[in-house]
Amino acid sequence: MAKRIEASNVSSYYGAFKAIDSVSMTVEPKTITALIGPSGCGKSTFLRSINRMHEVLPNARIEGSLTIDDQNIYDPDVDVTAVRRMIGMVFQRPNPFPTMSIYENAVAGLKLNGVKKKSLLDEAAEKSLRSANLWDEVKDRLDRPGAGLSGGQQQRLCIARTIAVEPQVVLMDEPCSALDPISTLAIEDLMFKLKDRFTIIIVTHNMQQAARVSDKTGFFSIDKTGDPGRLIEYDDTQKIFSNPTQKKTEDYITGRFG
Amino acid sequence: MGDYPSRSVNATAGDLGVTPRHAQGAGYGSSPSNHDEPPLGGGGALPKKARFSIEAGFRGLSTASGAMVLVIIVAIAVFLISKAVPALQANTGDFFTQFEWAPNEANPSFGIAALAFGTVLSSVIALIVAVPIALGIALFLSHYAPKRLATPLGFVIDLLAAVPSVVFGLWGRDVFQEPVRDFSIWLNKYFSWIPLFGGDGPFGQSIMLGGLVLAIMVLPIVTSLSREVFQQTPGMNEEAALALGATRWEMIRTAVLPYGKPGVIAAVMLGLGRALGETIALALTLSVAFDISFNLIENGGNSVAANIANSFAEANDTGRGALIASGLVLFAITLVVNMTARAIIYRRREFRDSAA
Ligand SMILES: Nc1ncnc2c1ncn2[C@@H]1O[C@H](COP(=O)(O)OP(=O)(O)OP(=O)(O)O)[C@@H](O)[C@H]1O
Ligand SMILES: [Mg+2]
Repeated sequence: MAKRIEASNVSSYYGAFKAIDSVSMTVEPKTITALIGPSGCGKSTFLRSINRMHEVLPNARIEGSLTIDDQNIYDPDVDVTAVRRMIGMVFQRPNPFPTMSIYENAVAGLKLNGVKKKSLLDEAAEKSLRSANLWDEVKDRLDRPGAGLSGGQQQRLCIARTIAVEPQVVLMDEPCSALDPISTLAIEDLMFKLKDRFTIIIVTHNMQQAARVSDKTGFFSIDKTGDPGRLIEYDDTQKIFSNPTQKKTEDYITGRFG
Repeated sequence: MGDYPSRSVNATAGDLGVTPRHAQGAGYGSSPSNHDEPPLGGGGALPKKARFSIEAGFRGLSTASGAMVLVIIVAIAVFLISKAVPALQANTGDFFTQFEWAPNEANPSFGIAALAFGTVLSSVIALIVAVPIALGIALFLSHYAPKRLATPLGFVIDLLAAVPSVVFGLWGRDVFQEPVRDFSIWLNKYFSWIPLFGGDGPFGQSIMLGGLVLAIMVLPIVTSLSREVFQQTPGMNEEAALALGATRWEMIRTAVLPYGKPGVIAAVMLGLGRALGETIALALTLSVAFDISFNLIENGGNSVAANIANSFAEANDTGRGALIASGLVLFAITLVVNMTARAIIYRRREFRDSAA
């Protein structure tokens, strides 16, 4: 179910602006990888490059190579929708479809993939909502609007929507930044649970969260505004937080950044 | 507000109990000009609400304007009904079933059925033709065309909306009629077994010509409103759909169309409103007939508004009353259409409100 992601020398551009420069990292299956770093250093850009959401923006392009289990994600012959199905994404702000009910949101991805049978959809909805720790809270109001839930519930609904299609890899861009500590813990628990089935890459500004949930941590940084972001250090989370090799990393995690 | 009491000591008017109006924090034009006054956020005791203020003035003004609209509407309605009723009483035929419009005779006889039918039929044709094309253009402009192309194209469409209807009418009568007649003859030759395209002619100045001219007229309204609605789809919902592996068209079906549906319905209703009320374009393109026929291509057809334009000049008192009565019927049709649209829009309102 889970696959290895390998990035080598990935540089991403917005038009003429180079947002990240030559990022290389390998993410093992069934692990959680945290990406940390100051604002604007290209974490989101890198994450969006992995599932080819980067190229949705006008004039955005990447250089370098990204593979999933040795298949080139950016191969011109590859179907980009298949890549995105394989590599799901949870966004920073909860974004359930406003016109859809909770149930419809949960199965939106399946419907997009042509699943029509009611029994299959029902089953998938329950399974994904349970996996997202949301089932008990919403099982009596599945036909209510998804946007009527609390922020934390909406975010878990979005996670349910993402994992309902059973992707290989789940990318999360600051999934907890709009949430209270309890919802945050709920989502962290959820990540541990999902780790058995998916490869997870999460961007976070919360150092404790990175330390708590991740197996590996990548630290991104920029020298000054306008420069591209670089991957400064990538190692076991333990190592990064106890004994980083780079001075910059140490400064950042001890709060002496800048 | 833990420091509230200590701050009020510094406030000039704090000990008066009532702060003068100029010191009120949130009031307009109350920015402190010298440092003795409390900060904008207020200090001292809570000021009294002003008895007379710009606020109250505006409220009065807007209430009065609202009331005036009602008064005007009621006055117009009373006037129209008072004109229509005597004509309806003088009518020797049945207003709802008579296929004839002769209110100027000594024994006036007129009926609305054929006119109302023509109005609705021409508008329906217009919408059937215009809406799919309009939505296609709107989606193209909002989600497919590169910006360099979309902006000028959108501008051209908006220009089209500004063309006066008499221009469309003349163009329909003098230019567009030719191809429509040829097309009608072709349809008649091969599809006359469908009642819509039957008959023995003459063809051309038909309800189809009128409907098509109307379609061209409503196209820009529906297009430009729908485009605006589609553009307002939240980007993060579009991205959510794409990230689930949707193609662009699937993304549009999942995120854009459902989100835009109420707006599109509103746009279509506005277009329908224009088609129903359209006068001169139909007066110029239809050749007057007073019957109910589903034949689209034979000369004939009529509509309430076109009939008013055609007959008002030579109408006597009863004739005018009759035309006014027909206008009231048109008004009723438009009202029903609008209320239906609103009902559709509000049915799933809960889903939109929580989305805001
Ligand atoms: N759509 C865009 N168009 C142009 N430049 C962009 C766009 N999105 C991001 N950038 C630029 O790319 C750089 C990296 O942005 P990115 O969003 O990846 O940073 P980030 O590390 O995710 O920051 P944060 O922690 O604040 O989310 C920034 O300099 C940003 O200004
Ligand atoms: Mg970001």
